[in-house]
Amino acid sequence: MTRLIPMKPSTPLPLPLPGRRVALFGRRAFMTGAVAGAIALQTAGGALALTVEKARAMITSAVGEISDVIESRSAQPQMFAQFERIFERYADVDIIARSALGPAARSASPAQMRAFTEAFKGYLARKYGRRFREFDGGRIVVKDARPLKSFYEVITTAHLKGEAPFEVRFHVSDRSGRDLFFNLIIEGVNMLATERTEIGAMLDRRNGNVDALTQDLRKAG
Amino acid sequence: MDFSSNPSRGVLLAGVVALTLAGCSAAPETGEINDPYENVNRRVHAFNRGLDKVVVRPTSQVYGSVLPKPVRTGVSNFAANLSLPGQVANNILQGRPMNALTNTVRFGFNTIFGLGGLMDPASNVGLPLTKTGFAETLAVWGVREGAYVELPAFGPSTERATVGLVADIVLDPLSFVLNSPEKYVPMASEVLSRVGDRYTYSDFIDSILYESADSYAQSRLFYLQNRRFDLGESSDDDAFDPYETLDPAPAAPAR
Repeated sequence: MTRLIPMKPSTPLPLPLPGRRVALFGRRAFMTGAVAGAIALQTAGGALALTVEKARAMITSAVGEISDVIESRSAQPQMFAQFERIFERYADVDIIARSALGPAARSASPAQMRAFTEAFKGYLARKYGRRFREFDGGRIVVKDARPLKSFYEVITTAHLKGEAPFEVRFHVSDRSGRDLFFNLIIEGVNMLATERTEIGAMLDRRNGNVDALTQDLRKAG
Repeated sequence: MDFSSNPSRGVLLAGVVALTLAGCSAAPETGEINDPYENVNRRVHAFNRGLDKVVVRPTSQVYGSVLPKPVRTGVSNFAANLSLPGQVANNILQGRPMNALTNTVRFGFNTIFGLGGLMDPASNVGLPLTKTGFAETLAVWGVREGAYVELPAFGPSTERATVGLVADIVLDPLSFVLNSPEKYVPMASEVLSRVGDRYTYSDFIDSILYESADSYAQSRLFYLQNRRFDLGESSDDDAFDPYETLDPAPAAPAR
């Protein structure tokens, strides 16, 4: 199994570690390096650098788990369930769902939003899980992280078999109370805009009926 | 069509440039979609989708299943190599001598050591493929993107990219030096390369064309965002902050 090694040492993760204790050696080496990295950073940049590093470490961990799922080569339903758990752990699904639903989110009841968000999460896991499967045999390397607007951008490079490397960016925010990513940008194409367009079109087709949309979303993706 | 026998090629280019400068006057804000021709575009999109369903997709399935991957890669490499002289010309027009030099060396290297361009050893020695064309040259010259257009057969484009596409075909340096029928080789290999791409990215393209609720809006969005990214025209200001846009800030429910 090829573990994703961060380009630079990062701070240890304040995140719940995955239940499976795979690649412990990789993680331990990674943490040892992190101590030196953390000291260097504290003298250099203070709180801001630390948050950049937290964002970087969070995405390093997320892409590591995504690779683990891809490399497990499980059957598709299990794989999608695992991607769904990764989304729960690392992504701000509430804000992504709310943003995708657009203006309709304002008039939806809390119960409707809960049902929609739950269905949307499964849809995202299936849709992007299918795309991630194309990464089989490839790897994603975290290259850089920087503050952007009110959040952080983590820049990674995807190396796929027989293809020129391309860029995948993650936007990370702590506005939900946890460090979570809320957008994913592949070669300039961003997930929030894509899903806003897609969910908007689905809603239009159902004459703005959020319940009908939620129902169909459970099967879509 | 025999473009090379047309003596008015220079006039055509001048006209094309003038048209671009004038025609792309509608100023699209970065990060936005400027689509005044949506009605026509949607009809062209329906046509393209039909063309894909009936001709392109089935052809690509045959192409992909008959030819093994190394052969398909060879075809793409060959087509990409033949596009290099045109790219060097554009690099010069863009005022990027280093890129022009890199592409020139790349062309020579792959032609000589890569079996006439069928293989791509240049990428392994630090001379990677960097695609450019007249559309990028226009962008470098300050010509704006213009309106979004979907072209029959060619698919998503913009006013500026359409001018670039025409110029790339008409002004390809190879078409000046090659005689008939060799001069059709670059175009033919490019078409085959595209058919190969349709096969390689089949799942992804199918998901946009046949599985999305509005395939027109999805392909427009993908194209514009990706193009702007490639040309370095997407800026940090375009980064979307959903926490800012949503009001009131939703309380994070317990998971």
